Amino acid sequence: MTPPPFEQVLAEHGPTVLRVCRALLGPIDADDAWSETFLSALEAYPRLRPDSNVRGWLVTIAHRKAIDQLRMRGRAPIPTDDLPERSTVGDLAIDPDTDLWDALAALPFKQRGAVAYHHLAGLPYAEVGELLDSSAAAARRAASDGLATLRTTYPTRSATAARTTRTTGRTTQPTTGPRPPATGPTRTTTGRSS
Amino acid sequence: MMTTSAPDDRQIVADLLADPAGSDLPLEHLHDELVTRAAGTDLLDVSYRTVDSPVGSLLLATTPAGLVRVAFEREDHDAVLAQLAADVSPRILRAPARLDDAARQLDEYFAGARHRFDLPVDLQLAHGFRRTVLDHLRDIAYGTTASYATVAAASGSPAAVRAVGSACAHNPVPVVVPCHRVVRSDGSIGQYLGGTDAKQTLLDLEAA
Repeated sequence: MTPPPFEQVLAEHGPTVLRVCRALLGPIDADDAWSETFLSALEAYPRLRPDSNVRGWLVTIAHRKAIDQLRMRGRAPIPTDDLPERSTVGDLAIDPDTDLWDALAALPFKQRGAVAYHHLAGLPYAEVGELLDSSAAAARRAASDGLATLRTTYPTRSATAARTTRTTGRTTQPTTGPRPPATGPTRTTTGRSS
Repeated sequence: MMTTSAPDDRQIVADLLADPAGSDLPLEHLHDELVTRAAGTDLLDVSYRTVDSPVGSLLLATTPAGLVRVAFEREDHDAVLAQLAADVSPRILRAPARLDDAARQLDEYFAGARHRFDLPVDLQLAHGFRRTVLDHLRDIAYGTTASYATVAAASGSPAAVRAVGSACAHNPVPVVVPCHRVVRSDGSIGQYLGGTDAKQTLLDLEAA
């Protein structure tokens, strides 16, 4: 059986792969990684086994391309738990206005990989674990820790707006997981104008 | 009472999937860039686009060697692309700019301003006698017709009238290789891949 025209693969999976690349690399470098991913995929496509999971295959390529890019930046994104708490993406200062993608970029590589591969690409944790050189359970934990951090570092607009009208001392500090940079206030108890 | 809490996991995932903060995915731009890079590294085996015409939407597909397929709407463009994936290569991308010249020449033809196509044609989808027939079809001048029997004779097999009909019915590049100019000896127009209405439209256009 012949695989369908590659254009169909692009249409079906292009947006997901771009979201994964953005989650791993931020919006600027994501475009490059996306192009590299699909160029490699196009090259190998005629040899792809008909029963392959195309999305998993593409995400695997994107994962490798992202690691290549991070290496080129001179930072080692080896997906281990020993990573520094600071993001490998760059010196992103977290502030209450930061958007979700910045918050995601500030996660350790393994956590944002787990969030991206499971929640954005829909891969089962077993496959996520393979990509991140860890067990399915560890991958699940990494995704969970990542989301736990996002809950505190990603102030939704509605939550931010609500905080400006409420002065209760709601704690938004994470109880576990890596801490965002010190320059990034993760809680505001008053309006931003104060 | 208003209770606002930190976003829950589902909300975060939904926001990630919604591409927030005005970050529309630049997929069109990335697609074009991929086409350019793929073509530059010999990874683009088939490019395609569609054009509007008086005989309906036409699918145009080209290899690096030339126009490999012209398909009418009734052939089902998706099915034709799937067949190209099987017969030529699955490395197929929508790449309109690579068919600009073909699209322009077809526009001119349908406007009555072009009487012959000056396009490289890749006949890899036609084999044997069918291919020989297609080569002879290109000798039938604009505005004229030939009978299936005449084409059979010109192709070196006077008895192969039905085979000529079959070659025309399987012409991978209709309009450009003018199988519509082959008609029955009794003067009726005969069958056509794009339907007899389309065949009549083309013959009327060329008779004008």
